[in-house]
Amino acid sequence: MAESENIVAETAEKIFADLADAQTINHDKQGAWKAPLWQALTEAGLPLSWVPDDLGGSGASLAEGFSVLNVAGRHAIAVPLAETMLAGWLLTQARIASPEGEMTVVPAGPKDRITLNSDGSLSGRARGVPFAKDAKHFAVLASGNGSNSIALVDAAKCRTESGTGLGGDHSDTVTLDKVPPITIKPAPKNFDQTALMLMGGVVRSLQIAGALEAMLDISVRYSNERVAFEKKISRFQAVQHNLARLAGESAAALAAATSAADTIVSATSLDNDAVFLEAASAKIRCSEAAEKGGGIAHQVHGAIGFTIEHILHRYSLRALAWRDDFGSESHWAVELGKLVANRGADELWPLVASR
Amino acid sequence: MTAALRFDPIRLPEKCEQLRKEVRAFLAEEIAAGTFDPHSPNREDNDAPEFSRRVGAKGWLGMTWPKKYGGQERSFLERYVVTEEMRVANAPTRRFFVADRQSGPVLLKYAPEHIKMDILPRICRGEVCFAIGMSEPNSGSDLFAAKTRATKTDGGYLINGTKIWTSSAHIADYMIAIFRTSPPTKENRRHGLTQFLVKMKQPGIQVNPIGQITGQFEFNEVVFTDYFVPDDHVLGEIDGAWKQATSELAYERSGPERFLETYYVLTELVRAVGKNPDTRSAEGIGRLVAQVHTMRRMSVSVAGMLQAGKEPVVEASIVKDIGTVWEQQLPHRVRDLAAFVEETATNRETLEKQLDFAIKTAPKLTIQGGTTEVLRGIIARGLGLR
Repeated sequence: MAESENIVAETAEKIFADLADAQTINHDKQGAWKAPLWQALTEAGLPLSWVPDDLGGSGASLAEGFSVLNVAGRHAIAVPLAETMLAGWLLTQARIASPEGEMTVVPAGPKDRITLNSDGSLSGRARGVPFAKDAKHFAVLASGNGSNSIALVDAAKCRTESGTGLGGDHSDTVTLDKVPPITIKPAPKNFDQTALMLMGGVVRSLQIAGALEAMLDISVRYSNERVAFEKKISRFQAVQHNLARLAGESAAALAAATSAADTIVSATSLDNDAVFLEAASAKIRCSEAAEKGGGIAHQVHGAIGFTIEHILHRYSLRALAWRDDFGSESHWAVELGKLVANRGADELWPLVASR
Repeated sequence: MTAALRFDPIRLPEKCEQLRKEVRAFLAEEIAAGTFDPHSPNREDNDAPEFSRRVGAKGWLGMTWPKKYGGQERSFLERYVVTEEMRVANAPTRRFFVADRQSGPVLLKYAPEHIKMDILPRICRGEVCFAIGMSEPNSGSDLFAAKTRATKTDGGYLINGTKIWTSSAHIADYMIAIFRTSPPTKENRRHGLTQFLVKMKQPGIQVNPIGQITGQFEFNEVVFTDYFVPDDHVLGEIDGAWKQATSELAYERSGPERFLETYYVLTELVRAVGKNPDTRSAEGIGRLVAQVHTMRRMSVSVAGMLQAGKEPVVEASIVKDIGTVWEQQLPHRVRDLAAFVEETATNRETLEKQLDFAIKTAPKLTIQGGTTEVLRGIIARGLGLR
C-alpha cells in the first residue's frame, strides 16, 4: 500500500473508530450516530473521494478510495459511503459535477435497465438499489438509441419503494417515469452497464473482505474468552480448525478483492478480459467466502452471536447482503463461464497466467 | 486486529513474461518431439531423464541459486513461472522437482562447501534426482516420533530403520532424511533428530515399491541396515533438525503445485462444452475459474513476499490448505458438469480418462507435504489460538 493510501485509509479508520463503534451503533435504536458520522466523513472529503476537485470532490486516487472501502467493510458501515463514492465515480466518467449529500447508483443490478426517452427524460425501474431512500441524488446509467448516457437525477423526482436488504440497510425499488435529469451527458466510449456492474462488484468485494477480516478478529477474540467444558473454547481442536478455515476464507476474499481493485487502478479501460476475470472472480469468491466464513463466525459464537444485542450480525448479514448488489455470484459465474468458453479451452490458462 | 493476514496484489515483473514465452516454446517443442503427452497426467512411466537434462541446459533448475553452484541468481518469481508452466503442461518434472524446490535449498544452507560444489551443479544440469526421507511406519504427520537411528561410529554414522511413503526413492540418487541421533528430552520432544544427506543406490539400502490406488508406484519403503553415512553428510546442527525444518516450509507450501495438480480436467471440460455452454455449464465453469484465479493470486502474493525477504508462514499454510482442498474437489465438480456434455464432444474419452485418474489422485492431495489437519494447526497457532 502506498503512503497516500495509508493516510486516506487511516483517516477513515479514525472516523469509524470514533463515530461508528459497532457496540454503540447496535444499542442506538434511534440512529443518532448517523448524522455525526456522515458529517465527519463529508468534512474529510471521503464520500466524493473519486470526484476530482474541479467537479466538486476531493480528488483522491482510485487506489486510495478502494482502501477506504476495505476499511469501511471492516466496520460494516451502514451509511451510503460506498454508494456515494460509486455515484461520484460514475458521474465523473461523463464529467458531471457531483452535488453534496448522499447519493446512490441506478441501476444496481445487471438485469434492470433505465431508458433515455426521445424527449430527454428517463424511464425504467431498478430494484435492490442500496440506500435509495437515504439518497438526495441518483447517478443514473441509461441506454437509448444504441448508446449509453450518464445522468444526475433528483431523487425526489423518482418513486422509491422502501425495502430492506439482509443487513437491515435500505435496498429499495426506484421507478423513473419520464423523469427529467438535472444533467445528462454521453457515457465514454465502451462504457456500459457491464463496466458499472464490474466496478460496483469490486466495491462490494472489498467491503465483504473487510467484514470477513472483522468477523475473524472478533471470533478469535471470543474463542479466547469463552469457557466451556472448563477450558477456553479456542483450546478445542475442532474450534481451532473452524477458525483456520475462516482465516482461509477471509484471506481468499481479501486476495481476490484487492487484486481486482489493483487491476482497475492500472487499467486504461474496464472493457477487457483481464478486468472481467479479476472483477467477476472477486465477486464470486468473496460472495462464497461470505457464506462459508460468516457461517463459521456464527458457529464459533454459538447462541450469543444469534442475538440482536451482539454485534456479529452487523458484519455477517451485511456480507451476505452485499453478495446481491451489482450482480450476484451466480450472475457473474455464468458470464465468466461464457467468456472462458468463448475464448476456448487452450486460452484459459494464458488468461489466468496473464494476471 | 488479532490476525493481520497480508495478501498484497503482487504482479509478476515484465521479465517473467519473456521467460514464460521461452518455457512455452520449449514445452511445445518437447510435446511435438513426443517427449510427453500434455493430455495425460499419469506420468508414472515417464522419468524422462533426457528431458531433465534439457530443462537444466535451459538454466531452469536451481535458477535462484548462486552462479558458482551452477545457478542463475534469478528471482523466485521467475522460478514460479517455470514451475507453473511445467505443471499446467503436464510435463514430466518428477526427476528434478524435489531437488529444485527443496533439497537444493537445504544443501545450500547446511551442506559443507565441497558437497555443495559437487552436487548443486549436477542438480542444475538435471542429472540427479532427490527423495525426502521424513515419514516412517509409525511417524507420519508426527515427524518428531521418528525412530530410525543414526548411531555414531568411526568417521560417521550407522543408519538402521525404515522410511516409508518416500516418493521417487526407486529412481533417486540422493535422499535428505532425518534420523534419530539422541532420544527426545523431557522438555523438548522435538530434540534429538538430525538431518542427513544420504547417497542412494548403495549397499545397506533396500528400496521396496508400494502400489498406490492410482495404479502408480511412485512411493516406496526404504530400509536401512547398518548403512554408513560419513560425518560431512550431516546437514546442520546435530539433534537440532526441528529448528531447520520450519523456515523453508513457506516455499514448499505455497507454490503453484499446491492448487494445479488436477487443473487439466478444467481445461478439458471447457473443451468439451464448446463455445456456447448452457447456463449450468457456464455457471459451473465460472465458479471454478474464479477459484483457480484467486488461488493463483494468493500463491503469487506469497511468492512475492518471500522474494521480498518476508516470512509469510501463516499465509503460505493458508494457500496449501485451501489450494489442496480445492484441487481435491475440482475433479468431482468437473464430473458433475461432465454429466451434461454432449455425447458427440470429440474429447469425451480424454476427459473421462483424465477424470478417472484425477478422482483417484484426489485423496492424496490433502495429505502429502503436510496434512490439512497439520496446516490448520499452524494457522490456528498463527491466529493466537494455541
